Parts: sequence; structure tokens; C-alpha cells
Amino acid sequence: MTPSPAPESLLFGRLSLEAIPLHEPILLITFAAVAVGGVATLGAITYFRLWGWLWRDWLTSIDHKKIGIMYMILGVVMLLRGFADALMMRAQQAIAFAGFEGYLPPHHYDQIFTAHGVIMIFFVAMPMVTGFMNYIVPLQIGARDVAFPFLNNFSFWMTTGGAVLVMTSLFVGEFAATGWLAYPPLSGIAYSPWVGVDYYIWALQIAGVGTLLSGVNLIATIVKMRAPGMTMMRMPVFTWTALCTNVLIVASFPVLTAVLALLSLDRYLGTAFFTNDMGGSPMMYVNLIWIWGHPEVYILILPAFGIFSEVVSTYCGKRLFGYASMVYATVVITILSYLVWLHHFFTMGSGASVNSFFGITTMIISIPTGAKIFNWLFTMYRGRIRFELPMMWTVAFMLTFVIGGMTGVLLAVPPADFVLHNSLFLIAHFHNVIIGGVLFGLFAGINYWFPKAFGFKLDEFWGKISFWCWVVGFYVAFMPLYILGLMGVTRRMSKFDDPSLQIWFVIAAFGAVLIAAGIGAFLMQIFVSVLRREKLKDVTGDPWNGRTLEWATSSPPPAYNFAFTPVVHDLDAWNDMKRRGYVRPTSGFIPIHMPKNTGAGVVLSALSVICGFALIWHIWWLAIASLLALIVSAIVHTFNYDRDFHIPASEVIASERARTKLLEGRA
Amino acid sequence: MTTATIASGASAPQFYTTEEHHPENGTLLGFWLYLMSDCLIFAVLFACYGVLGRSYAAGPSGKDLFDLGLVALNTAFLLLSSITYGFAMLEMAKNRKGSTLFWLGVTGLFGAAFLCVEIYEFAHLIHEGATPQRSAFLSSFFTLVGTHGLHVTFGMIWLITLMVQVTRRGLIPENRRRLACLSMFWHFLDVIWIGVFTFVYLMGTL
Amino acid sequence: MSSAPPAAHGHDAAGHGHDAHHDHDEHGASHGTFGGYLAGFLLSILLTAIPFWLIMGDVFRSPTTAAIVVLVFAAIQIVVHMVYFLHMNSKSESGWTMLALIFTVVVVVITLAGSFWVMHHLNANMMPMAPHDDTMPMSPEGMRQMR
Repeated sequence: MTPSPAPESLLFGRLSLEAIPLHEPILLITFAAVAVGGVATLGAITYFRLWGWLWRDWLTSIDHKKIGIMYMILGVVMLLRGFADALMMRAQQAIAFAGFEGYLPPHHYDQIFTAHGVIMIFFVAMPMVTGFMNYIVPLQIGARDVAFPFLNNFSFWMTTGGAVLVMTSLFVGEFAATGWLAYPPLSGIAYSPWVGVDYYIWALQIAGVGTLLSGVNLIATIVKMRAPGMTMMRMPVFTWTALCTNVLIVASFPVLTAVLALLSLDRYLGTAFFTNDMGGSPMMYVNLIWIWGHPEVYILILPAFGIFSEVVSTYCGKRLFGYASMVYATVVITILSYLVWLHHFFTMGSGASVNSFFGITTMIISIPTGAKIFNWLFTMYRGRIRFELPMMWTVAFMLTFVIGGMTGVLLAVPPADFVLHNSLFLIAHFHNVIIGGVLFGLFAGINYWFPKAFGFKLDEFWGKISFWCWVVGFYVAFMPLYILGLMGVTRRMSKFDDPSLQIWFVIAAFGAVLIAAGIGAFLMQIFVSVLRREKLKDVTGDPWNGRTLEWATSSPPPAYNFAFTPVVHDLDAWNDMKRRGYVRPTSGFIPIHMPKNTGAGVVLSALSVICGFALIWHIWWLAIASLLALIVSAIVHTFNYDRDFHIPASEVIASERARTKLLEGRA
Repeated sequence: MTTATIASGASAPQFYTTEEHHPENGTLLGFWLYLMSDCLIFAVLFACYGVLGRSYAAGPSGKDLFDLGLVALNTAFLLLSSITYGFAMLEMAKNRKGSTLFWLGVTGLFGAAFLCVEIYEFAHLIHEGATPQRSAFLSSFFTLVGTHGLHVTFGMIWLITLMVQVTRRGLIPENRRRLACLSMFWHFLDVIWIGVFTFVYLMGTL
Repeated sequence: MSSAPPAAHGHDAAGHGHDAHHDHDEHGASHGTFGGYLAGFLLSILLTAIPFWLIMGDVFRSPTTAAIVVLVFAAIQIVVHMVYFLHMNSKSESGWTMLALIFTVVVVVITLAGSFWVMHHLNANMMPMAPHDDTMPMSPEGMRQMR
């Protein structure tokens, strides 16, 4: 599998033809499929002469709405890859029993579960969450764009750059076989001598730059660019959760950056941070990475909570119950999330005093979360509930997430954790909260805001099929894992001896197939909706009788979002405006000041990817050259002072007049 | 639905601004947030030094290695560079391009002196066999101090870039904002250095 | 929060998160004064020189006392730098910089204190060795054999 360490050449480092896994039929078939698909896509773009449009209108765009959509596309594409990994794992575990090795050799299996975890967290959940925040937050606060539009484009491309490196590892070399957090000493140079862990490190470092900068960007946006009159306590709940999420990003991703940098120093320079010898401490790595890792969990779930809050209050037709308590609960979770990290490694051996402290803080953090559940329930109570798709996802979330939360509190008890640590019970728990919380939230959000972004609603029939496949599939796939975990089955096993366990793994595999059907139905839903877009069209800009400012403008919104900046007088500003007889302005338009597109983000990210690739393969000359090029192009970019332009009043008048016509045509 | 059709009552409040709304520039706040995140990178490095700083692996300890005189000299360089940057900012406020550039240049020279001393110190340690690979203590020492040095290096590159930009374009608002950001960066590195000389050098020689 | 809305023209809507100084973007970021910089500089020289003298002159017999005193000096000097050089106050950027700083300090303290506490207990419980005594080096080879 791992080729014997060949002498490194000056020109290509340790990269050679051997690095391409020609001996693995699964990878070859995948590669062939990706190559054919890629060539077909590129060919189609060329044939329809779309390159110019793609480059001008999308790739170099600094419009927060387009960047948000690109984040979502990245997330969906990577979801397919991450889910393919999941299916392969489920298939392997369902058949590899009693001496039969299954179809995946252990080293390959190890890479698959590592890639699955890394991709699902960093390149599915994170881009989708960031995509939503990018798209929705400026609209909800009545802004024209984010605070640093160029930085936004750069952040997106850095995230994509990380994803590109992960995908490259599939066909050139290998990926880490260490589990998604790459604990040393296993991830150290002694036990992972080849490129897998290096791919892991540089993919996450490059994507991490993007995440951190987009965090800074969105905080500055929310703090500085709210519409006049929108005080902190008049902000929509989704914007609040976005603010707290980005605070968590800015205050936790540097920890990941630093700890991965230390791991790479161990691997590249032979330092002794996390080694077994020379005084190093592998447990220090575990300690540090979970200082990032636990806030990361809340980075993912808080925006989902925000989405559910918006959905519940919209589809129940009333103001969110306990808005202030919702805000305070979010803030408390933000702070408490820094005080619980040790519950991920109770079994490390810090002793009773440390373990009880972190056990108790972990239980405390479930209190504000519980308060949120009650707030949603009380919002529904005596509300006029419309069971549209987003609301269905929300109800499914509340049921599922409560189960996940309760098993989480079980795991927070240190003695119980000593039994369940590293077992399939843990796997079932965190899939229960991440699928039942984050993923259901993302689907609720997609169904809720899709008409805002594209101007037509999503098809309900396929949406319902997707919903039921996902929800039922989730329970079928993960309830057996709870049972197996309680029986003591550990995670990350590629084969089992005890045939009596097999039936549970077969059931879980069936659940995974159901989820696959759910994903298929979701893609079908989008496809069908695009075909029927005229019928599903939303001309009002407010298809759900929404309550927040994003519904005040057209669907999709013009580049400048609002012809005039809204003035806010109350919470749920759009609802307030509608209630008090707001009249849409139809004259007096003035030129609007907007930032200009730039290709610098694409260039900088491409150079980072080249630099990362060179470092992975020890191609030192290329690493130095691309790093220098990176610095020089960043400096050159700062010499460009001409970054804004004005959308002329005539253009604003034209697009507003078109909207007036549309609205009249409907009335 | 209701937007364009309902005729409003006379008392309806205004729901939009009639002229272009200019939100405040967020650059300084955004840069401060970035500095806060940088603070956490250093926190991790300090934590590593705190945990591993006594793991000598039978190698040399801080007491054997550190030359406090050199550190005092370096601290002086950095402090001086801080106040000269302050002078540059004062001159900028008075809109004097030439003397702003002069003080920026002086700041850069002090920064360069700091880096030279640090490089000399590192080279000396490595020459004596106290390499980063020797023990966890030395790994964490070199990484913490080296990361600070790397920040100073990038600060220097940025400083030079800004001097060119001020020379070319003068003290326009964009350049003033950039100088203010670099000022925060430079003083922030000073704050980190206080932690370094206290926690690493002074406490390391105890 | 939901008080009667003011007759609003955007720029003077009451309760807007920050004052309406839209014209100049140097809002809240003062550049300090000559006297301020000088005072900060002199204070930092003092606060640097004393701890160096304390350690280089072996003033304290107990290393613990020395460490605590030196750390206190460092903390004071950091505050001096924050006030005189970074112009921190509760007003700048409507208090957001101060809020960010406080939050960061809290997280830094949690990170440092937490790591020290956790790792100290771990070392005490799991590898009872004297700090200087590295008699049990676990080389990768040794680990492999143990498997």
C-alpha cells in the first residue's frame, strides 16, 4: 500500500508514478467517473461559451449572495463525496464477519473513515453554514454587502482550495488513515511516514484561513452594517446565532491552526511536541485540538438553531416565543462551549477532580439548549402552523435532537464514558446531533430560503420524499449503532469476529441506503424545480409571509439588495413594515456605491493550493516559489486602490421598475 | 402581496432612508478581531511552552542557555520601535508625509535590529547543539519565540510596502487606515513580547 | 426594546447601535498624544527594567516569589501598552474592541489555565517521573515491539 520510501528527487520530491493508485480498482473506477464527468462539464462550458460569464459573474464575484450560493454548491458536491465514503464503510462493516475480510483492505478502510469525518465537518457542514450566513445575514440586517467583500471572495476560494487538496489525495497518493483529528503519535512521522497526514494538515490549514477570515468579516458586518434602527436586540435570531458562531470561529480556529502547525513541525523538522520520546506529550495535542474541537460543534449547530427559529416563527405566524431568552441562551452557549472540551477524553487519566469539573460543565451546557427547545415549542403552541417542508424538518429536528442531547448527557457522566468511550454509542450520539441538528437545519434552510435566492420555490413532492427517506433512514442507520455501542463494539473496525453482531450492521447499512435515496430525492427535487420554475415562481419576494428583512426585497434580490436602506422600528422588521402599511418606494432612486469584482482571490487560493501540494510532496523549490508568488501577489493586490464603482441611478430605476411591473401583474 | 397595493395611513413611519446610507468603515474593528485571533495562536504556543518547558530530555535547560543581556537589548529595540511608530502616527495626524516616512523608517531599522539579534541568538543556540529537535523544551522555545519573530518579519514587509504606498499616494484615507492597522499590529507584537521575555526568558532562568 | 418608533430619518434613528458619525471613518480610533506615548514609553522602561534586575541580580531567594512578582510586572506592563500604545478604552468602536478584548482574555485564560491544570493532573496520575529524569524514553521502535 504505502510504497517503500523512495529517494526524493530534486524536481519532484517524493512524487512519482507510484503515487497514483493504479492497483486499486475502486479508486480507478472513481477516477474514471470523475474524469469523464469533469471533461463533460468543462466541454459543456466551453461549447456553450460560458467561461467568460462564469469568470465575470461568479468566480470573481464579490457579491455576498453569489458567494453564498457557491459555498452551498461546494457543500453539496462534497456531501456526495463524503456520503460515498459512508456507504462504503457501511457496506464493508455489513459483510466483513467471521474471517471474511470484506472488500476494503484495512489501510484503505482507515483512509475512508478519516476522509468521511474530515469532509463532512470541514467541507460539507462548514461551507453550507458559512454559505447561509453569507447569503442571509447582510439581507437580514439591511446591508448592501459584507464589510470586506474582497475578503469574502478570498475566504471562499481558500475553503475551496482545501477541498481541492482533499480530493487530490484520492488520486495522487493517499489520505490520512488516522481518524478525523489525526491524533499523534499515530499521525507522527514514525507511524504515518507517507503523504496522508500531510494532505490532511495542508487541506485544513488552507481551508482554515478562509474560515477564520470569513468569521472576522461577518462579525464586522453584523457589528457595523446594521440598518439604522436595528439595535442588537432587534436583530433577527439567525443573525444573532451567526454573530455568536463567528465569534466562536475567530476565537477557536486559531487554536486548530496552531496545533496543526506544531504537528507539521514534528513531521517536517523533527521537533518533539507530540512525540513519545524527547519529552514530547501526545496528550497535549489531544488537549489542544479539543479546545478548538468543542467550540467547532457549536459553530455548526448555532446557525442551525437560528434557522429553526426563523422557520418556526414564520410558519406559526407569530413572533418567536422568548426572543430575549433565545439570545441569552445563544450567548451562554458561546461562552460555555469553551469550558467542556475535556469530555472528549475523560479516559485520558486526568483524574477524578478534572473529570468531574468537565462532566458538570457539560451537563450545564444542556440547560440553555433545553431552553431553546421549549422556546420553539411555545412558539408553536397556539400558533397557526403551516406544515410546509421547512417546518417538517424543524419538527423532525426537535424529536431527533432531543434524543441526541440525552445520549450526550449520558456520555457526560465520566464513569459512563469510561464504558462508552470510542464505542459505536458515541458514533451514534454525534451523528444523532449533527444529522438531526445541523443537517436537518440545513435542509430546513434550503427549502426556506431557496425561493429568495433563485426566485422559485422548491418542488414539494420530491422534498417530502427526501424528508421521509432522510428521517427514517437516519433512525434505521443509527439506532443499531446505539445498541452495538452498549454491547461494547468499538468504532473504526474494518472487520469483526462475532457473527451475532452482523444483523445490526446489516440494518444500519439498509438505513444508509435509505439516506442515499434521500440525497437522490433532494437532487431530484432541485432538478424538477428547475424544470418547473415558471410554475413555482415567486414574484412577491415574500412567498412564506416572512417576518425579517430579507423578504422585503425581490427574489432573487438585486445586486444592491435594497434600493433604499431600510429603517427598522421593531423586531421582525418586515412584519412590522407590512403591518403598518409600508409602501414600496418607486421613485427618487440614486446611484448606489458598490465594490468591484476581482480575480485576486482565485489567484491567491490557487497559489496556496500549489504551495500546499508542494509541501505535501516535499517539492521544496515549488513550495518556496509559490510561497514567494503568494506574498508578492498579495502585496500587488494592495496597490490596487480602485475598488469601488457606482451602480448608476438609471440601472436602479430599471430594475425597480421591472419589479413594480411584476408585482402589478400579480395584483 | 401587500407591498405595493395598500395605501398607507397618513401616520405611517418612514421605513427607508431616502439618501445613500454609509455604514461606518469596519476595517479597524476587523483588524482588531484578527489580532484577537492571533492572540489565541500565541496562547496555544504559550500553553505548549508552559506544559513542555521543563521537559529537557536530559538536554540543556533555559538556565544553561539564555543570555538575559541579549534579551534586554532586544526588548529595548522593540520598545524603541514602538514609540517611534507612535511618533509616525502623530506626524500622520498632523498630515506631514515626510516626517511620517522618517519615523516609519526608524521603526523599521529597530525592527531589523531586533530580528538580527534574534537570528544571532538562534544561530548561537543551534551551533551549541541546542536545536529545536533536542527536546520538547527547545521545540516549544524555538516555536514560540520564532513565531513572534516571524510576525515581526511580516510586519517589516508590510511596513516597507506601506512606505512605498505612502510615498506614491501620500496620506490618503486608505493609507491612513492601513498605517493605523499596522500600528495596532506592531504594538500588539510588543505586548506578546512582554509575555515572551517574562514567561520564557526571565522565568526560564529561575 | 419595542418602544414607540421615533419619527425616523435613518441617520438619527434612536437606539442605533452606534452614534451617527458617518462622515469620518477614523471614528473612535484616536492616535494618542505625544505625552501619552512618552508616558507609556517611560512606564514600560521602568516595568521592563525592574523584572530584569530582579532576575539578573538574584534578588529573591525563592523562585516562586520571583516568578509571581515578574508575572505581576508583566501584567501591569501589558495594561500600560494597551492603554498608551493601543489606545484601548471602553469608547473606541462603541466598546466593541473592549468587548472583543475581554472575551479573548477570558478564552486565553481558559486555554492556558485549563491546559496547565489538565496536563498537570495527567502527568501526576499517569507518569510519576521527576521532570529532569527522562529515563523512560519511548522510541518508536520500542512502541512497535510493545504492540
